Amino acid sequence: MADVTLDVWKDIIKPENKVFSKTPLLTDKVFSYCPGCGHGTAHRVVAEVIEEMGIQKDTIGIAPVGCSVLAYEFLNIDMQQAAHGRAPALATALKRMWPEKYIFTYQGDGDLAAIGTAETIHACNRGENIVIIFINNGIYGMTGGQMAPTTLPGMKSSTSPYGREVEMMGNPLRMTELVAQLPGTYFVARHAVHKPGNVRKFKKAVRQAFENQKNNKGLSFIEVVSNCNSGWKMTPVAANEWMEQNMFPFYPLGDIKVDGQMVTKK
Amino acid sequence: MGELKLMKGNEAVAEAAIRAGCDGYFGYPITPQSEVIEYLMAEKPYERTGMVVLQAESEVASINMLYGGAGSGKRVMTSSSSPGISLMAEGISYMAGAELPCLLVNVVRGGPGLGTIQPSQCDYFQTVKGGGHGDYRMFVLAPASVQEMSDFVKIGFEMAFKYRTPAMLLSDGVIGQMMEKVELFDPIPRRSEAEIIKECPWATTGKTPDRERNIITSLDLDSAKQEEHVIKLGKKYESMKQDVMFENIMTDDAEYLFVAYGSSARICQKAVDLARAEGIKVGLHRPITLYPFPEAELNRLASKVKGMLAVEMSLGQLVEDVRLAVNGKIKVDHYGRIGGMIHTPTQVVDALKKQIIGG
Repeated sequence: MADVTLDVWKDIIKPENKVFSKTPLLTDKVFSYCPGCGHGTAHRVVAEVIEEMGIQKDTIGIAPVGCSVLAYEFLNIDMQQAAHGRAPALATALKRMWPEKYIFTYQGDGDLAAIGTAETIHACNRGENIVIIFINNGIYGMTGGQMAPTTLPGMKSSTSPYGREVEMMGNPLRMTELVAQLPGTYFVARHAVHKPGNVRKFKKAVRQAFENQKNNKGLSFIEVVSNCNSGWKMTPVAANEWMEQNMFPFYPLGDIKVDGQMVTKK
Repeated sequence: MGELKLMKGNEAVAEAAIRAGCDGYFGYPITPQSEVIEYLMAEKPYERTGMVVLQAESEVASINMLYGGAGSGKRVMTSSSSPGISLMAEGISYMAGAELPCLLVNVVRGGPGLGTIQPSQCDYFQTVKGGGHGDYRMFVLAPASVQEMSDFVKIGFEMAFKYRTPAMLLSDGVIGQMMEKVELFDPIPRRSEAEIIKECPWATTGKTPDRERNIITSLDLDSAKQEEHVIKLGKKYESMKQDVMFENIMTDDAEYLFVAYGSSARICQKAVDLARAEGIKVGLHRPITLYPFPEAELNRLASKVKGMLAVEMSLGQLVEDVRLAVNGKIKVDHYGRIGGMIHTPTQVVDALKKQIIGG
């Protein structure tokens, strides 16, 4: 076997070969997320929207407790790290203290839909003029794969090792449909980031959400149905397939509420 | 002379907040302190100074609203009573860890549990020893009058920002509900964005090209760095001792001392008069700051008197810190009614005779 030439990269990084560059709104810190996880893509989309709108100096983000607790290490903006579930309360005060700034939270399903249910619902119901990005992977990733409020019936986790039994453990919570019912939410949508087409749609929604905030429209809430290949104990590819087959039927993608009006299904 | 008004302690806190340049009040109703948010809502400070007032969905939410507001350098506060403060304990710990200034007011009622809505001083341990998880302290002021409910709001904000830490007024249902004359201080304007950026370079005001991004967090997964952080916090808590406050009443010739704060100190003032009328030379030492605690002063006084009685509406919490300060030099005991009962000056004098002089 021939020796591997280690300086091949020198050709690759020539300026004329460049087809894509990372937004400066992401730091150079290497993501702590598992290979195959959707968090990295979701972070990039949020960062790109902030860059494209030119609002870095006016944007303050709030990181949750969960896998994305260290989001503040990756996003090149001022950020606060909240106690578990309390990000919408922080955002409420931040926005009222600095009404002219852009405030968003970035939360997982355990954070937003279990321990932080009250803060989420009341921030939505008050119609706080903020953006909430909600990553739903149906499991507690950071603590090692325990059952989440969003874990599907029959789905295995470390605290539902034989599958979620609804009679004993209750039903998964569709938080996004729930907050869409509240008068304070202006824009509610559900997206995914596992395929380029989905990423483009998600990015459009994030842009819409920040534009809504700019125009004082009220609360924009975007769920991203994502994977957790480590927690689900699958390869990244298998996790994405499983997500399409099992998560999407229960958590259907698309707009739920636009311009303050519920979207009627055809 | 400032404007004179007859006010409830709770109302004085609210008016003082507006005058102290507070940017935001976030709270949840609970007896016996609901007058704070009621006064603010009626007074419309958002028209007077631009101050935000918001009724939160819970004490958990209100303390986390403080975290968000304080993280951006604003002067924020809340008020509550014992069970509500318990709910805030997590958030207070996070704010201490993230070094965020804020003002908390606890108008204490009897516990444990739902307890009673009547006054008590049973939250001393919770307030001065931490309350939430982790190694932290708050700057704690104990007002003993409606005047101090007003004045200490201003001092509380100063100390919170001086040490970048939550400060608390530890009051009780007596001080919160009683009406007294109060001389209001002249209003301090709310700070502008430029002033906040200058005074709080750590705050999340939006990343500008001239500085690195600001992060508000209490998390560090690197144990060595977390140790360094907590040691730094410890040094800060130690340095608060330079701002210790206390009051000595008739201690110069005293043979015995009452040690009491807040409403018990008011009761002990009368008890001093009653005892002295009987020929007992007793004085009163009143800690005004409960953290930092006036331990050096109490140790000095312990060399001059024969015994001390800590008087507190509790089963005996303050007495432990008095004993630590006195360090075995003289007898120290506790007396106090509990469950919302309030000791009378006569009961306090009787306890002194029985537990200290005769004991």
